[in-house]
This record gives sequence, C-alpha cells and structure tokens, in this order.
Amino acid sequence: MSNSPKGSLPKNSSIVISAARLIAAKDLRVELRSRVLLNQVLPFALIVMVMFAFALDSDAVLERVAPGLVWLATLFSVLVMVSRSFTVETADGALDQLRSAGVPATGIFIGKMLALMVQLMVLVALLVGAAVVLYRASFSWEGGVLLVTTAIAATCGLAAVGTLYGGLATGAKGRETLLPLLLLPVVAPVLIGATRATESAFGTNGIAISEGWPWLGLLAVFAVLFSVAGAVAFGPLLDD
Amino acid sequence: MNTSSSLDASPRDRVTGTQFTRGLGILVLAGMVLLIVLGLFVSPADVNQGESVRIMYAHVPGAWLAYLAFIVTAISSAAYLWNRTRSLTWDRIAGASAEVGVLFMGISLITGSLWGRITWGTYWTWDARLTTTAFLFVTYIGYLAVRGLGGTHQQRARRSAVLALLAVLEIPLVHFSVELWNTLHQEASVAGRGTDVEMDGLMLFTLFLGVVVFTLMYAWLVLHRQRSLALDDMLDDSGLDTALTARRAEAEGMSR
Repeated sequence: MSNSPKGSLPKNSSIVISAARLIAAKDLRVELRSRVLLNQVLPFALIVMVMFAFALDSDAVLERVAPGLVWLATLFSVLVMVSRSFTVETADGALDQLRSAGVPATGIFIGKMLALMVQLMVLVALLVGAAVVLYRASFSWEGGVLLVTTAIAATCGLAAVGTLYGGLATGAKGRETLLPLLLLPVVAPVLIGATRATESAFGTNGIAISEGWPWLGLLAVFAVLFSVAGAVAFGPLLDD
Repeated sequence: MNTSSSLDASPRDRVTGTQFTRGLGILVLAGMVLLIVLGLFVSPADVNQGESVRIMYAHVPGAWLAYLAFIVTAISSAAYLWNRTRSLTWDRIAGASAEVGVLFMGISLITGSLWGRITWGTYWTWDARLTTTAFLFVTYIGYLAVRGLGGTHQQRARRSAVLALLAVLEIPLVHFSVELWNTLHQEASVAGRGTDVEMDGLMLFTLFLGVVVFTLMYAWLVLHRQRSLALDDMLDDSGLDTALTARRAEAEGMSR
C-alpha cells in the first residue's frame, strides 16, 4: 500500500480506525466509571416497561404487543443515551479539543457510534428479559438467533442515527428538547422493522420465524445508509 | 436583490418588494379570485363525492406545493454545501422554502383529513403516502427548529443543510417501511381509489389552475421571505456596530 500514488489515503484510514477504537474505549470507560447506563438508563427503561403494563392492563394485550413495547422503550432510552453521550463531549469543550488535536471527524463518529451500540445491546438484552418476565414473551433457540441478529442490526442503525443527530446540535442551547423531535421520525423504519422481526422471534399471534428474516433487510439497509451518511456528514457538522 | 442601491439606509428602512414581486403578487391575487370563483361556484359537484370535491382545489395544489418546497430546500441545501456555490443566499432560500412548505403541508393535511372524513368516513388512514406526508411535516418542523438554534450564520447554514439532505435519505426509507408494514398488515388502502376517477373538463381545469396559482404564490412568498431573512441576517451583523456608533454619538453629545 505504501507505494500507491495516494500514499496518504491508507495512512489516513488507519488513523480513522485507531481514533475510532480509542474514542469507543474512552466512552465505554467513562460509562464503566460513572455507571450512568447502569444506575439511571436501565432502571428508567424498566419502569417504562412496568408503566406500559399499567396502561394496557390485560395480560393478553401485553403478550400481543410485547415486541413493540420492547422497541418503544429502547427508543425512549436512546434519546437519553445520545444526550448523555454528547454531554460528555461538550463539557469542558472536549469535542473542540479533539477536533483541534486533528482527530478525524469520521473517527469520532465511528467511535461514539460503536460505544453507543454496545450500550444499546446491553439495554435491549435487559428489555427482552423484562418482556419475558413481565409480558410472558418466550422464544425458541431459532427465535433467539433471529432476535440477536435483529438486535445487532437495529442497534447499529439506532447508534448511527443517534450519533449523527446528537452531533448535529452539540453546544447549542435547547438541544435536549430538540433531539427527540429530530430523532424519532427518522428511526420509524427501525421501530417497524425491529418490532416485526421480534414478533416472529416471539411467535406473537402465531407468526412464523421465517417471516421475521425479511425485516432484517430493512434494518440492514437502514444501518448501512445512516452509518455511511454519518461518516460523511459528521465532519461538516462539527467544523466551525 | 436590490440592496446595492440603498446600502447606506439602515436595514429597518428596506423593503422586500420589487417591481417584479409586485407584479407577481397582483397576478397571484387575480388568479386566486378566479380559483375561488371557479372552485366554489362555477365548477360542478362530483357525482360520488358531492360538494366535498371542492376541498380538492386547495388540497391537491397545497400538497404539490409542499413537496415542491421541500425539493427546493434540499436542492438549495446541496448548493450551499457544494464549495463552488457556497453562499448564504442558498441557505436563506432553503429556509424560506421550508417555512412555506411546512405551512402548506399543514394546510393539505388538515384539508385532506376533512375530505377523508366526508368521503371515506375517517380522518386518517395508515396509507404510506399519508403517513410519509405526516413524517415529512414533523421532520421539517424539526428542521425549522434547528435553524433557530443560534450560532453564526454559517453554523446555522451548515447544520440545516446537512439536516435537509438527511431528510432526503429519511423520507424514502419511511415511505418504503410504512408500505411494507401496510401490505403485510392491512387490506389495500383507500387512498388509491380517488386517483383514477375520470374528471370533468372544468374540474380538471380548476385543479390545474389551482396548481399554477399556488406555485406562483409559493414563488412570491419565498422571494419575499428570502429577502426578509437576508435583512434579518444583516440586522444581526450590523447590530453591534450600530450600538457602538450610537453609544459613541451619545458620548460625543454629552462632552459638548
């Protein structure tokens, strides 16, 4: 690679990868030490699941809508987590310092997206557990495979969109109230796709597992499109 | 813009009208009167829909206009982001167009649901076109909120331009996923039914006139709004200078 005419390109991409790895590790370390996800976001998601049960009342209804509630609770929590992810960066102007230190914006985007994705996976696992315990959802081995694949594709898409729109308004006043308005309409395809796939994994209404796999296509397209868009657009968004 | 002729005037004294926009405005007014007369009185009632078909003369042009406005916003945003055509004028056109688009999308959503209530017996169906329109509406309300976040003009322009281009990515995805959801979970939707009806000549003409008049009105509104946004920006830029000069003049007046 070193003798290619554009010698800077492979070097640059290795910088992006190492920056992404460092930023993801940094975000996860911040989380491990502050325990905001563990002590605040996960309990919040759980109480949302309990409140759904109060609102919908009957066991039969809960069993039927369990997949949708899992992903709705995930979306609510994503809003909190994205907000948190960028509070860490704007405090003490950390993001500006990263940028002026020459860290590529694409690297920052990928790093923050990966850290968010890991945290989302933990959240979804907990929420699926809550659905099993509280809403009597159940799944087979085969359904479990579908569920894990769905969770990976969906959290990847959510993390990409969340990081992108979270970065959009960094530092501006009033962004906490703006984020839900911007983010929720965009992630509607994830809600639709992930809920349908989870319905087949749970076997809700007797839906077969094979019917769930096509929805993964939608989730994958979404994840790829917004990951690429984020990697491209994050730089222009952060530059001043 | 005719700003060069009056550079020394303060932004407050400037107007957004020109010979051209005045002529355009008069044309829009005349067309609107003709549209109201044709749409409400002259054109016949529909065989199936009755008098409610008259809602269509505002609804269809409104919806067309809203989509046109958002396409213009996306194109001007791309023009702003492209280095060779980077100019805040593009950003202001995008903003003005989005404002007008949100207004007309609101109008077409309201008129549409009223028409739906009369004709289908329901305000809303989860048809992909309807749902996508509602999402577009909310997305651009968010876009306008981002424009109002503050920061420098360039910051505003860059943020909102990226957001407008992301909306271009978002809307087809939403449409596609709602369509998938519908085909698997609902019977064929009712929205397609109205489109293949054979229309009376005068009704078709009225509809066509509505589209033309609304498009001209859009052009008139965007031209004015774009200019008033430019004045807003100038006022922002000159605000500090003006205040400094005023304080200095005060100090001089007192020392005399």
